[in-house]
Amino acid sequence: MEDMLFYDRMQFAFTITFHYLFPQLTMGLSLMIVYFKWKFLRTKIDKYNDAAKFWMKIFALNFAMGVVTGIPMEFQFGTNWAKFSELTGGIIGQTLAMEGMFSFFLESSFLGLFLFGEKLLGHKLHFLTGFLVFLGSWASGYLIIATHSWMQYPVGYEVLKNGKFVLNNFGALFSNPWLLPSYLHNQAASLVTSSFVVSAIGAFYLLNNKHNQFGKLFVKTGVIFGLISSLLVAFPTGDLVAKNVVKHQPITFAAMEGIFETEDGGSEIVLIGQPNMLEQKLDNKIAVPNILSFLTYQKWDAQIKGLNDFDKKNYPTNVPGLYYAYHIMVGLGTIFIGLMLLAMVQLFRKKLYKTKWILWSLMFMLPFPYIANTTGWYTAELGRQPWLVYNLLRTADGASPTVSAGNTLFTLLGFIGLYLLLGLLFLMLAGKIINKGPQLNQH
Amino acid sequence: MELFWYIVLMSMLAIYVILDGYDFGAGIIHLFFAKTEKDKKAITNAIGPFWDANEVWLIAAGGVLFFAFPTLYASSFSGFYLPLIMILWLLIFRAIGLELRGQIHNKMWETIWDKAFGIASLLLALFFGVALGNVVRGVNLGNVVNGVSAYEAHYFFLPLWNPTFSPQAEQLGIIDWFTLLLGIVGVVALTIHGANWIIFKTNSDLNTKLKKVVFNLNFVLLALVIISLLVWHVIEPKPFHNFIKNPWLWVFPIITFTGLFGLFKVKSLKKHGLGFLFSSLFLFGGLTSTVASIFPKVLPSTNSINPDLTLYNVAAHEYGLSIGVYWFAIAIVLVAIYMTIQYKVFKGKMDDVGYGEH
Repeated sequence: MEDMLFYDRMQFAFTITFHYLFPQLTMGLSLMIVYFKWKFLRTKIDKYNDAAKFWMKIFALNFAMGVVTGIPMEFQFGTNWAKFSELTGGIIGQTLAMEGMFSFFLESSFLGLFLFGEKLLGHKLHFLTGFLVFLGSWASGYLIIATHSWMQYPVGYEVLKNGKFVLNNFGALFSNPWLLPSYLHNQAASLVTSSFVVSAIGAFYLLNNKHNQFGKLFVKTGVIFGLISSLLVAFPTGDLVAKNVVKHQPITFAAMEGIFETEDGGSEIVLIGQPNMLEQKLDNKIAVPNILSFLTYQKWDAQIKGLNDFDKKNYPTNVPGLYYAYHIMVGLGTIFIGLMLLAMVQLFRKKLYKTKWILWSLMFMLPFPYIANTTGWYTAELGRQPWLVYNLLRTADGASPTVSAGNTLFTLLGFIGLYLLLGLLFLMLAGKIINKGPQLNQH
Repeated sequence: MELFWYIVLMSMLAIYVILDGYDFGAGIIHLFFAKTEKDKKAITNAIGPFWDANEVWLIAAGGVLFFAFPTLYASSFSGFYLPLIMILWLLIFRAIGLELRGQIHNKMWETIWDKAFGIASLLLALFFGVALGNVVRGVNLGNVVNGVSAYEAHYFFLPLWNPTFSPQAEQLGIIDWFTLLLGIVGVVALTIHGANWIIFKTNSDLNTKLKKVVFNLNFVLLALVIISLLVWHVIEPKPFHNFIKNPWLWVFPIITFTGLFGLFKVKSLKKHGLGFLFSSLFLFGGLTSTVASIFPKVLPSTNSINPDLTLYNVAAHEYGLSIGVYWFAIAIVLVAIYMTIQYKVFKGKMDDVGYGEH
């Protein structure tokens, strides 16, 4: 049994981590492409349309990867988490089925028109198809986060005698207090990824002294979008998400922050340190006193419950993993704001395109928003453990009862091999598109 | 309410089979009959702008299955674990084959992705036929051995095959001679269907040849259908039980055979869309006749200890099903609008769409 659960979890974690590398870019990028296209319609300056067309190529590649790696996600609820699906399908099936009906049809129907229809449709209708693709992808994110929110903070349900969760209030799924903060946090984070990718490619062109016109446009657009979105990720969205966690999952909050002991007179904020589960403390800790209490409750001496105040059997399954995921996310988020602020200052002083070290930093920053987004999701998912439905259904009770560890390991190895191939192909083709660069006056 | 969602689900599956079915068929044609670069171009142009949206029907049908019949979704997806994951892998190969081929102009690169696309399409057609065979044959619910259930009554697990390849064995496999027969029916039917789509949507040089292919393969299909009907009693002693009880159900087999016999006229058809219509009728009729023959069962039990899964004992709770009607009604109207727009823009022959040229 232990092995079965382990491989089920590994397979879901692996496939969802790989999958989400693509939607996090396409959701944010679709908005930026719509922006470029809108800017072209307003100014009639060709470079904006050329920029939109260039990013559409990157978008199409990422979108295709997102689709092919997304289908296994829907299947795996049934294949590997049959018990969970059986018990909660009447509720989370609602939001997942709605995702298929409302967003996938919208996206897939208009993506083809968006990619191939510019000549056929003219610029205004072409802009509209782009907008609809953007709308579809953001609706998809909304319905996924609605599903996620129900698992974190179940609402609108009752549990029958046979253990089945049944819906008794459809509206509650969408007025769930967990939903809006998480959604906005996630979408802002998605914009962080796309802005950093756009500015990184821009910096790459400027540093190589090619496609300079577009290099400048990309760096400028990326920095403006990047600063706004990095700030939004932290405040108010990140703050609101954290407050939900404190309120509804206090044990998760303690583990995330690395608070082993409840402190009278206020808790410190941990910057660095290694959770030592054997001795229930942080090793090599660097912390600032009372800040955590202030950030959480706006009071310097507010009490925050440490892990010692909770029952060990409800501890998040992987406390160190949760702690690191959260700290990496927050640490990177802080660096993003700092770098984008500096870049913005230079942009205002009209020196950005010549400030080499900022351009280098922007270029090398490319992988980090992906890491931040991934660790952010790990924080949410590891934080929910050991539960699938918080406080109601344990992960161990949700796996498929008849799929043996050997079968799951077989498919997990298959996915690893296949996704390695997909990843290599993706990098090769993305590299080819980026190296070729935007083409002038193609419309 | 259960019945409503059952009809919705079956309709969505039928639409999926008709729409993505022509993509698989086109892939098989691509593998066996497309010799020149022009032929290949014609085929990818004919399906390029559509396959992605067609595949959404599978995802959406999966979503509706999950939401309306969670117990069936859980039981069958975990029980048919290996073939389902393999279908996922094949769908991935088909998609990257189609999308990546045109990205680099190199003979070897193109050959690799052509074969990936073609072989994945062929295997998918086979797997979907086998899947239908498994559903009508039924499974050993609860994995009963010597009269004792190893699992809860509605769970099971099937290996890919058992050594006897017999649909009557106590321990069944996914692939036995009966399910394989339906798999081959699937391959032949979808090959015909794909050929009809290419004839419909292109002016390619291939079309004359394809009409001959459809005509000849249709004899094979007719023979396979007759053989299937003759051996059907092996998995179900009274296959016509439902049809005798409810004579209006005969409309489904009639649709099937209208399609099947209509296809023999493919060479003389003036309108190119008609052939496609006939093969769609065949697929629709074949699928609906098959599920109607086991209604209200959705997954029969092959042992006498655990009951069949029917649409009534696998459905979600009443409230959720009722509320779902509202959003589904809105969604399906929107889908109809999108599809109208999509097929309007890409109407007629597709030879010049330039799919995959970047």
